[in-house]
Amino acid sequence: MIPVCHLADLPAGESVRIDTAPPIAVFNADGQLYAIDDTCTHQDASLADGWLEGCLVECPLHAASFDLRTGAPTCLPARRAVRTHPVTVEDGMIYVHHVAEEGTAA
Amino acid sequence: MKSVAVIGASLAGLYAARALRAEGFDGRLVIVGDEHHRPYDRPPLSKDFLTGTTGQDQLALADAEETAELDAEWLLGTRATGLDTAAGAVLLDHGRPLTADGVVLATGATPRRLPGPAPAGTHTLRTLDDARALRADLTRGPVRVVVIGAGFIGAEVASSCAALGHDVTVVEAAPLPLLPQLGDEMARICTALHADHGVTLLTGTGVAALHGAGADPRVTSVELSDGRRLPADVVVVGIGVRPHTDWLASSALPLDDGVVCDAGCVTALPNVVAVGDVARVAGVRAEHWTSATEQATVAARNLLAGRTVATHRALPYFWSDQYGVRIQFAGRRGPDDTPRILEGSPDDRSFLACYEREGRTTAVLALNRPRPFMRHRRDLARATQPATT
Repeated sequence: MIPVCHLADLPAGESVRIDTAPPIAVFNADGQLYAIDDTCTHQDASLADGWLEGCLVECPLHAASFDLRTGAPTCLPARRAVRTHPVTVEDGMIYVHHVAEEGTAA
Repeated sequence: MKSVAVIGASLAGLYAARALRAEGFDGRLVIVGDEHHRPYDRPPLSKDFLTGTTGQDQLALADAEETAELDAEWLLGTRATGLDTAAGAVLLDHGRPLTADGVVLATGATPRRLPGPAPAGTHTLRTLDDARALRADLTRGPVRVVVIGAGFIGAEVASSCAALGHDVTVVEAAPLPLLPQLGDEMARICTALHADHGVTLLTGTGVAALHGAGADPRVTSVELSDGRRLPADVVVVGIGVRPHTDWLASSALPLDDGVVCDAGCVTALPNVVAVGDVARVAGVRAEHWTSATEQATVAARNLLAGRTVATHRALPYFWSDQYGVRIQFAGRRGPDDTPRILEGSPDDRSFLACYEREGRTTAVLALNRPRPFMRHRRDLARATQPATT
């Protein structure tokens, strides 16, 4: 269980990257929190820097798009899903429950 | 339309093939590529591939599953030599002419070369084979590298060579590199990255000759037009590209720094479209990754419709990774547009700037500010034009 930040520090529409290995991006999509692997499966770019719209995040480099709920790519050039990780909030603090390699959402 | 030939098996050609299938085309689809490789991504060639952090398998643009889904015939290692529009056929360097109802021209561009002899150790960088040959010359211990041309490719190669521990000098004929793309003030900031990382930049001087030694001459020095000689073990020539249209010279298609197309990527013939670096779309030839992918969708629709029903007007966008700095640019900058820093600082090599003309934003530039850049790029796209129709 990895502490991310206070819920108050991640308002709706914002995202934060945590330096796990590999890094994880945490999003506040209109009040719902999601965590996915931060690195786009297409090429090296940080999805935390991407464009959040509803439950989709668009990669800042090549405009690949991923569904935060499933990690699945919704359009090219990405073909592989990113892993998703459960997120909880306890006492106003956001935690990511890191999913190991074998538990991919793909 | 029962058959389509896509000439060019790189990004634009692959995306056009994908788009044709996505638009419901279920006829014969033939993809012709002069390289032996399946479609791969070129941007990493000057960056992570050169430094060795990205391998060849990571460059593939389509995996096996998708390639199977595409259901195309691949003629790789095959060069198109002509377009016989009367017969509806593409002439190939070997094998019978390829007849097709529709043709997608996606033959890209070819690096410009210096006049005169090019001794061994002299490279251009466009293809995977180019990058492998260059990498082989860069992995035999520290060498003296001279990069000719300080555009984006030259700068990225210089950055990669410096990261590998080589002694790097960049030579640029113009007084200030990147001036046409970024304007004076921003070009100065981006150009300063070379000195930040111990790379020498010599501007305002051309190259007179490359000198070599030995029976099978290998490059030893670069002679500049001002008489100076730079010792060199490896030379990389990055002085731009020209659209690969030679093979179309005898066709009826109008050519003018690319295949002349309307805003829908349609050439003078409604059953021939052009995409990517080879296409001059509504007067503009973009050499951008994103343009190639966006044009493919539009071109496929128009080819299948038999006329221009969709146009490509998306906001130009490109990026470059140099010396650990991600440079991103979007928009249409006029020569007199004034840049204004919105956040960050050029001294930190991390900032966001917009270009303005008469109070309107025309373009946006970021160094290491991907998130706000994304927001501004979106705003700019919305403000300046409707999305691709």
